[in-house]
Amino acid sequence: MTVDRSRLPVPGKTPPFHFPAIERSTLPNGLRVWSVRHVSIPVATVMLLVRRGAANDPVGKEGLAALTADMLDEGTGALSAIQIHEALARVGAQLDSDIGPDATLLTVTVLSRFLDPAVSLLSDIVVRPSLREEDFARVRQLRLHRLMQLRDVPGAVADRAFMRLLYGTHPYGHTPLGSETSLASLTVDDVRTYHASNITPEDATLIVAGDCSHADVEALAARAFADWNGAAPGPVAPVADLPSPPRLNIIPRQGAPQSELRIGHVSVARNTPDYHALVAANMVLGGQFVSRINLNLREHKGFTYGARTSFDFRRLPGPFALQVSVQTGATAEAIRESIDEIAGLRGVRPVSAEELSTGVAALTRGYARNFETAEQIARAVTQLALYDLPERYFDEFVDRVEAVSVTDVMRVAYEYLHPDRLTTLIVGDYAAVSRDLNALNLGAPAVLAADTF
Amino acid sequence: MNITYSKHTLANGLDVLIHEDRACPIVSVNIWYHVGSKNEVPGRTGFAHFFEHLMFEGSEHYDKGYFQPLQGAGALLNGSTNADRTNYWEVVPTNALELALWMESDRMGYLLPALTAAKFQNQRDVVLNERRQNYENRPYGLAGMAMLAALYPPDHPYHWPTIGQIADLHAAQVEEVREFFATYYHPANASLAIAGDVDTEEALALVRRYFEGLAPGPSVAPVRPPMPVLNGDTRLIIEDRVELPRLYLGWISPAMFGEDDAELDLAADILANGKTSRLYKRLVYDMRAATDVSAAQNSRELGGFVQIAATAAPGRTLAELERVIVEEVNRLASDGPTEDEIERGRVQAEAQFIYRLQTVGGFGGKSDQLNAYNVFLDDPGYFDRDLDRYHHVTAESLRAAVQRYVAHGNRVTLSVVPKGKTIYGMPGSVPSLVS
Repeated sequence: MTVDRSRLPVPGKTPPFHFPAIERSTLPNGLRVWSVRHVSIPVATVMLLVRRGAANDPVGKEGLAALTADMLDEGTGALSAIQIHEALARVGAQLDSDIGPDATLLTVTVLSRFLDPAVSLLSDIVVRPSLREEDFARVRQLRLHRLMQLRDVPGAVADRAFMRLLYGTHPYGHTPLGSETSLASLTVDDVRTYHASNITPEDATLIVAGDCSHADVEALAARAFADWNGAAPGPVAPVADLPSPPRLNIIPRQGAPQSELRIGHVSVARNTPDYHALVAANMVLGGQFVSRINLNLREHKGFTYGARTSFDFRRLPGPFALQVSVQTGATAEAIRESIDEIAGLRGVRPVSAEELSTGVAALTRGYARNFETAEQIARAVTQLALYDLPERYFDEFVDRVEAVSVTDVMRVAYEYLHPDRLTTLIVGDYAAVSRDLNALNLGAPAVLAADTF
Repeated sequence: MNITYSKHTLANGLDVLIHEDRACPIVSVNIWYHVGSKNEVPGRTGFAHFFEHLMFEGSEHYDKGYFQPLQGAGALLNGSTNADRTNYWEVVPTNALELALWMESDRMGYLLPALTAAKFQNQRDVVLNERRQNYENRPYGLAGMAMLAALYPPDHPYHWPTIGQIADLHAAQVEEVREFFATYYHPANASLAIAGDVDTEEALALVRRYFEGLAPGPSVAPVRPPMPVLNGDTRLIIEDRVELPRLYLGWISPAMFGEDDAELDLAADILANGKTSRLYKRLVYDMRAATDVSAAQNSRELGGFVQIAATAAPGRTLAELERVIVEEVNRLASDGPTEDEIERGRVQAEAQFIYRLQTVGGFGGKSDQLNAYNVFLDDPGYFDRDLDRYHHVTAESLRAAVQRYVAHGNRVTLSVVPKGKTIYGMPGSVPSLVS
């Protein structure tokens, strides 16, 4: 058979996507129990989402929420940390805890036949942790050592400093780890108090995706979490005034072969009505390989292994940020190109219909692959619970993104991207880049120390 | 659990593996070329990986970059190179299977006419930046290549890092690409796996349409270096931009799927994987002498090495960590694991094995695993037997493997210490020359 290589095959119509049904119930203690039937392979994923995260750290006690999450599997009842993990290992279960600004998420992936003991262990960990003094001392020490080591990881230094620059004392102004100073001030009583008042069923959701009926999941949850009680405190209050950081900042890293860059500003919350238009706009700007910024900095200039931008959508307005690591000699030029690309999207280089359609297609045509595994499905459901999204959110996603027009993208770019307010942070070799920075017209760089965050 | 598949070898030598899984309307297209940095020679290292980059820069009949049409069709795609093989994959919606095959076949058959000096220069710059980002500018980033360079002699194909030596990357010539392509990138040195929402006959017909006309290349002679022998303890040190010193110990061990490979895999878990492991319990939990500890049987096609690494807590010494690690290795080699440890190891091996098979695509998913078994063992259906290897491990077989391969002093000992603090290194260490 001859092959026509004069043109690419054109894919047919994308079949419509339907998210599987979510069955829901609520236990008397307020815990929401949601399940999704997923039968392709005998694996179940259990996620417990508590809508309290690093943003709930009291001022001066930054790092408390994450340290508390870390303490949960350090012992429960008569079991030590080691014994808990032996019990998990005996059923092949994998426990992960993940803490972000808005939430704490515990995940257990397990072979379906071990769902029962896995949920039971999860409840022991969450509801009945021992929170012992000696474990606290050890865990805090490990986290202090981690912070010490992160001083040498350029990306981590950049992330920590960038949040502080953008948000100051706002609840989003620190990363979940906290600082060496704040961790040093914590006590085990802080952890106990935080656990008692924040890790509560009233604002928590248990999500199970796997080959199991909702009735079974509900009965299992009712047994395991029956004696979990407590009301949830109110949501995090936004701070009225955000800082006005210097335009240009540098954390010196002498002799570094690359500069780690962050360029961005505080942007928009997850509940914005412009969510879909912003996601589409970001695809054009820096959200995929063929986006403008990656093609420019990597494929045309060869300055980097890769560049990307993102709107970090959160319950309160999150950051828009470009992140890239560029060879030292190209630092100033990469910053200029990046800022020009962000500014260009608002008018000088308006989005073309073709660019938008590539970005939209990349989001929509392969949408089904985001929901192949039990873990992907459970994680998707956490998004609904975390941000109070409508039940049909995933079913409507493709249509909503396909409805985004060039005009919409231009409008949201204008409304949510502010080139004159971009804050740039460099973690790199100051002596090697300082002369070039002058030409950027961003003012003299503020020089920061790596260990001040 | 078994994965049903069919295998077809085209006249030009291309192996085609097809697995139907209609659960999700997606298809994974995964191609392995049986070439990696092991096929390079000293002075010309980094080539296989550099070449992987060029494969995304366009081919004769679509010379505009590989990502654009595939991302526009909703694909997720990537590639990777290691010492043994280079893989490329796309996960596409069912309706874009033909597009993916068109693209993969075009770069398999027609890459060179589209290769220009400008692309070559650009991707060399990108690779040099990948090297800076992932190795040179990363704490402990040079440790891996220092271990390989010391474990394997200079003429052994695992001696050099897959990312390549900086000088070799600068010296690479565009003309060399032509020869490399002709030697390694052709149907007879490749394996194509398709997994997902397809009908086997329809998928095979499409594969035939796009790949059957491609010319077979020369057969590639297997690389068969002798198993290296370490004599005594090679002690090396690297001064790095780090806060805490870290110790790496390495021993030569059997190849992937070889005898004792599964034993050493489970032994590494028992020693240092997770909170239940012996070294975590002692070094991190009880003594608080280390901030972390890890171990792995790094098994590859031509051989393996067992590596144990631990980072010293402030004020603690690498010598103390080394003493405890050696004690625990020796205890495992003399007393063996407990039955509970063996049972946990088996359950975890089974669970990890099944978790990987939840997805048709990506790194480690079903299509990638079919290709791994086909390329390394000529048996794509090795799934059950692979898992059986772990079920057959006994306390005694594990003990004996540890005794034979790890519980001795013929090893590499690498200290990575803060700049200017060579005093923190193991006594008698000499500087590693990697950069």
